Amino acid sequence: MEALESQLKPLQDKVARILEQAKQLGASGAEAGAGLDLGLSVTSRLGEAETVEYHCDQNLAVTVYFGGRKGSASTSDLGDSSLRETLEAACVIARHGNEDPCAGLHDPDRLATRIPDLDLNHPWQLNAEQAIELATACEQVALDASNEIVNSEGATLNTHHGIRIFGNSLGFLHGYPASRHSLSCSVVGKRGEQMQRDYWYTVARDPNDLEAPDKVGLRAAERTLARLGARSLTTRQVPVVFTAEIATSLIGHFLAGIRGGNLYRKTSFLVDSLGKQIFPEFMHIHEEPHIPKGIGSAPYDSEGVATFPHDLIDRGTVKSFILSSYSARKLGMQTTGNAGGVHNVIVDPGRLDRSELLREMGSGLLVTELMGHGINLVTGDYSRGAAGFWVENGEIQYPVEEITIAGNLQDIFDNLVTIAKDVDRRGNIRTGSIWIKEMTVAGKR
Amino acid sequence: MSNEALTIATRTLLEPAALETAHLERIIGHLLEAPVDLADIYLQFARSESWALEDGIVKEGHHSIEQGFGVRAVCGDKTGFAYSDVIEFDSLMEAATNVRAIARHPADARQALGSNTSRKQLYRPIDPLHTLGNEDKIALMQRLDRLARNRDPRVEQVIVSLAGTYEVVLIATQEGRFHADVRPLVRLNISVVMIQNGRREQGSAGGGGRTDYRYFLQEDRADTYVAEAIRQAQVNLEAGEAPAGNMTVVLGSGWPGVLLHEAIGHGLEGDFNRKGTSAFRGRIGDKVASPVCTVVDDGTLPQRRGSLNIDDEGTPPGHTVLIENGILKGYLHDRLNARLMNSAPTGNGRRESYAYAPIPRMTNTYMLAGKSSPEEIIASVDKGLYAKNFGGGQVDITSGKFVFSASEAYWIENGKITRPVKGATLIGNGPDVLTRVSMVGNDLELDPGVGTCGKDGQSVPVGVGQPTLRVDGLTVGGTHV
Repeated sequence: MEALESQLKPLQDKVARILEQAKQLGASGAEAGAGLDLGLSVTSRLGEAETVEYHCDQNLAVTVYFGGRKGSASTSDLGDSSLRETLEAACVIARHGNEDPCAGLHDPDRLATRIPDLDLNHPWQLNAEQAIELATACEQVALDASNEIVNSEGATLNTHHGIRIFGNSLGFLHGYPASRHSLSCSVVGKRGEQMQRDYWYTVARDPNDLEAPDKVGLRAAERTLARLGARSLTTRQVPVVFTAEIATSLIGHFLAGIRGGNLYRKTSFLVDSLGKQIFPEFMHIHEEPHIPKGIGSAPYDSEGVATFPHDLIDRGTVKSFILSSYSARKLGMQTTGNAGGVHNVIVDPGRLDRSELLREMGSGLLVTELMGHGINLVTGDYSRGAAGFWVENGEIQYPVEEITIAGNLQDIFDNLVTIAKDVDRRGNIRTGSIWIKEMTVAGKR
Repeated sequence: MSNEALTIATRTLLEPAALETAHLERIIGHLLEAPVDLADIYLQFARSESWALEDGIVKEGHHSIEQGFGVRAVCGDKTGFAYSDVIEFDSLMEAATNVRAIARHPADARQALGSNTSRKQLYRPIDPLHTLGNEDKIALMQRLDRLARNRDPRVEQVIVSLAGTYEVVLIATQEGRFHADVRPLVRLNISVVMIQNGRREQGSAGGGGRTDYRYFLQEDRADTYVAEAIRQAQVNLEAGEAPAGNMTVVLGSGWPGVLLHEAIGHGLEGDFNRKGTSAFRGRIGDKVASPVCTVVDDGTLPQRRGSLNIDDEGTPPGHTVLIENGILKGYLHDRLNARLMNSAPTGNGRRESYAYAPIPRMTNTYMLAGKSSPEEIIASVDKGLYAKNFGGGQVDITSGKFVFSASEAYWIENGKITRPVKGATLIGNGPDVLTRVSMVGNDLELDPGVGTCGKDGQSVPVGVGQPTLRVDGLTVGGTHV
């Protein structure tokens, strides 16, 4: 993919030029980011190619400061006149907005200076035919897994690689290439009148690190088959285990709760939680932004501040919030290199594997899917649709659906019994299955 | 079609690239050299802005320009699609060459097109961004902030967001036709956080549509959003634990129509039914609701957020009856799925932008009014939940299970609303939830213009609506057993 790498310099020049023009227009500070991304996405369904999509995205975004006044603008058209119009639009907004004493670039001493190579770029030399072949092979394994697999939403292979540039008027200008590939499969099973679907996916920076297509297909089929015969439950209060793939969402709510923007707006149930114990003693949650080939890895955040490994939770206690320069200033703190989000959040696992964990639990609900957005971050109130399995004597008894699980996030964190060692390493949040002592389960029976 | 829209589209999309419609015809011709069933080119320009106020100051503003094209070729049920931000002849031609490779077998017969007669435009081809000066936008937001803070001393935070989009699209189809549309869209939202004895609660309200910013100044609309946001936060400050279990639920009018969107709307989209993955597959003519239920998808309502003069394939949206007196009548179609199911397109082929191929999507989905007054409906309930307002929802179209989350709710006992309870997620089964609708209100209301629907990674603006409904049995996901 030499073609793309050769774009690095011209795109950097565009960013440098717009920063220079911002200065000429009187901006006291400016930052700009640009990206170019190429991709191929194919879906194969019932053994044949269904969609073949060629992606080509570019954009440039600029933020200008006139003292404490801020304006930002972006464009997908990188022609000179659009760039000029975009910069001017940002300046117009800055001139009309209000003075904000906390606005501005970060302190120069937080600038990333030594930029580690995180091994993020592994483009895949794959044409549409080859991609279709892989997707088809993946889906075929799922279709062949059982005669109860009766239909399919297909298998999709995505491959993307691109470059991202960031610069600011403190003299920072850097860019790097990165790639991302994924393969997913979703199939439909039928037993009697009931239809169920489920899916599995693999994602990686390097195509060699993807799970094999047949494994993805088989896992998708197994998950779908396991759901057939699902029924609802009676309403009850029981122990709940979130499987690793969806336990990431619980950790995600914790992260949202300690995000600077939600803290200074007072829209979080974790306001004033720094230094307080909100999880059991054994919990350790930390951010590791420099994992080679990590899906969430980044050498610097979206304002050019160096990222660094640090604890969010140690011995159950909040050690750090998730802050950008702006939210840090609002809270009278220092940026944590998290403008734009977190980079590889790791929850340290315990000693049990999932089946051991279920045996320890005895009876309860194993949740494998969550639906809807029933989280109130202000109060921590939690109520979501769910599907999964009913467990008795440590063994899965039958699949369940059309139920809800509810509680309050603070109570849920307090009542976290243990983390299994079955860590899902695919995403930006890595955790094992999470066992909660008790939640309210509502059902229609 | 509006000539004015075509003039604007030509000026905005073709002239800067030194393109003429003849160039697009050549690209279409190139696509049709392969045995394709369906081919189109979609060109789009969108300019958007958003402003945000918090802590009493307008501290953020963003302006964006998005433009580009998408080229599509369909053969049978196979789609080739390519897009780019660079509108120029060579890029278009290269995209066409790539996507037509999808066609490997002889094309089927050409499909019948939906009606394409000119009709009244549902909204004016205006650029809403300049319908209010920047000073006036700022002043409006600051006034709303003060209004909120003066209204209740417990208000701790006020967040006001104002956003507008000016979008121009031009679609060239395989029939050699050109369709253009200019789509304004504005939105204003207020959200407040209130604190009382250390307890914090949130309330939010907003609205908008395919019109300009002055809409918010008419009929004191912006002020009513503030009042509504504060009222919701006040109610939530007093709310107790929500109940858990299966019970009678009364759903409020307006935005709670998100029930219809999730429970049946998605399940009736043509793609899922053609593929047989929807819980509603093959059920046309079946009874899927009680006889008091009639549900439509209607993209023809003037200035509504979900309305379109033409969909993103050039078909004018219709008034599509989905359920009539309880009987399932029809699906929502784009061109591809309509052709494969021997139906006519219903004007529901939509895309988030040029970077996506069109798929069947809803426009404004609502249930027609019935005979009962809302008071009668509440009075009929022995014990149950009155869910007056909602957040978003989600559906698994294969199992039919759907959820939607109440944001304002009350406990009903002996026909009377007794006390507010916290929000909770409600879960049900799409193909049978409407069979348990026992009363339909005479108070049909559409939502104020706040809906965004996501499907296959594509977001589009939509509308929903319904009268007050009584459902005899929905699972309520509270904490109180």
